[in-house]
Amino acid sequence: MLLPKARGELSEALFDTLRSESEVEGLDLRPTDGDDAHIALWAMYELHYAGFEDVDDEREWNPEVLRLRRRLERDFEAELRARHTATTLDEPFAEGLFAYIADHDGPSLAAHVQRKADREQVLELLRHRSIYHLKESDPVAWSVPRLPTAPKAALMELQYDEFGGGDPNRLHAHLFALGLEASGLRADPFAYIDDVPAEILELNNAMSLFGLHRRLRAASLGHLAAFEATSSLPSRRMAQGLARLELPQEMIAYYEEHVEADAVHEQLAVRTICGALVAAEPHLVDDVVFGAFTCLDLEDRYAQRMLDEWVAA
Amino acid sequence: MTPEHGFEHPDVIICPGGPLLLRGDHVVEDADGVAHETVRPVSAVCRCGKSADQPWCDGTHKVLAARDRP
Repeated sequence: MLLPKARGELSEALFDTLRSESEVEGLDLRPTDGDDAHIALWAMYELHYAGFEDVDDEREWNPEVLRLRRRLERDFEAELRARHTATTLDEPFAEGLFAYIADHDGPSLAAHVQRKADREQVLELLRHRSIYHLKESDPVAWSVPRLPTAPKAALMELQYDEFGGGDPNRLHAHLFALGLEASGLRADPFAYIDDVPAEILELNNAMSLFGLHRRLRAASLGHLAAFEATSSLPSRRMAQGLARLELPQEMIAYYEEHVEADAVHEQLAVRTICGALVAAEPHLVDDVVFGAFTCLDLEDRYAQRMLDEWVAA
Repeated sequence: MTPEHGFEHPDVIICPGGPLLLRGDHVVEDADGVAHETVRPVSAVCRCGKSADQPWCDGTHKVLAARDRP
């Protein structure tokens, strides 16, 4: 895979210098806008996952690249924290976190897909979702070595299922790739990165930010909890909407798998993973809530953008 | 820090208001007598009776009134 298209002055300077064989330089620019900042950040994170064919692997740890990444991350984290209002969860912890997530009210893309969306809208949604689903569960995997014993074992119990229980045919990212191919879409990684709105880049960048910083391990797990706890019922609606529009069985099967898998994963994420983390490190509870809020809020922002676009059309 | 008697790691977990979690491989017979094999490291068995995916949990308990949850 090659670097994506630049979206402004900063990402253009970054991608030019990443591609060149001379020293990395010229990165002291302000981003043009959110699109510019988030495509730059997304690409710098991607150096830590699969990388790019047109970028030397050494540049993953280039100090100038890391300096820019850190500058954009600080701005992004400050923005995410400014959107969040600290809350004290009800006791016991698991019921408190489930209630916090359930009380969050936002627009539902799954409800739109279930009843109203047309085929083009659903294919657009799948293209956007492919940025995350083709590396599903990878960002939270960064958190594993940063956890104490009990939450580490618990997270691996969940991740083992996400990664197919050792069977590559059942790995969730692979199931989504099969669904894309059957739907006539491209399944190579990030084929649609140039088409996605900034909200999708933010969703993905938040997970990498939380995963790659030990300091933010609790936000990473809180994000996971909110993601899993808002997946089962919407996945059922997605599956019904895809069936209504006669999309291929492989894509429907991906969502049906998530109805059942995430009914398990939400219990694990809230009880055995986040529950064990705050039992071991009680001061991290606020960051668990911050991570959960960020997941819900960024999903709302994406959903609102798409619903506004589709209604306007 | 290790707890005095090791970590709790039960085979079965009853989730308040939610499913029953089963660790490991099991065969679960549903209300109609049909046997279902578990396929994942941990499985969630419906306790509210309203799941559309019996005998497994599909999250439906979350939309029930508190008095109707298990």
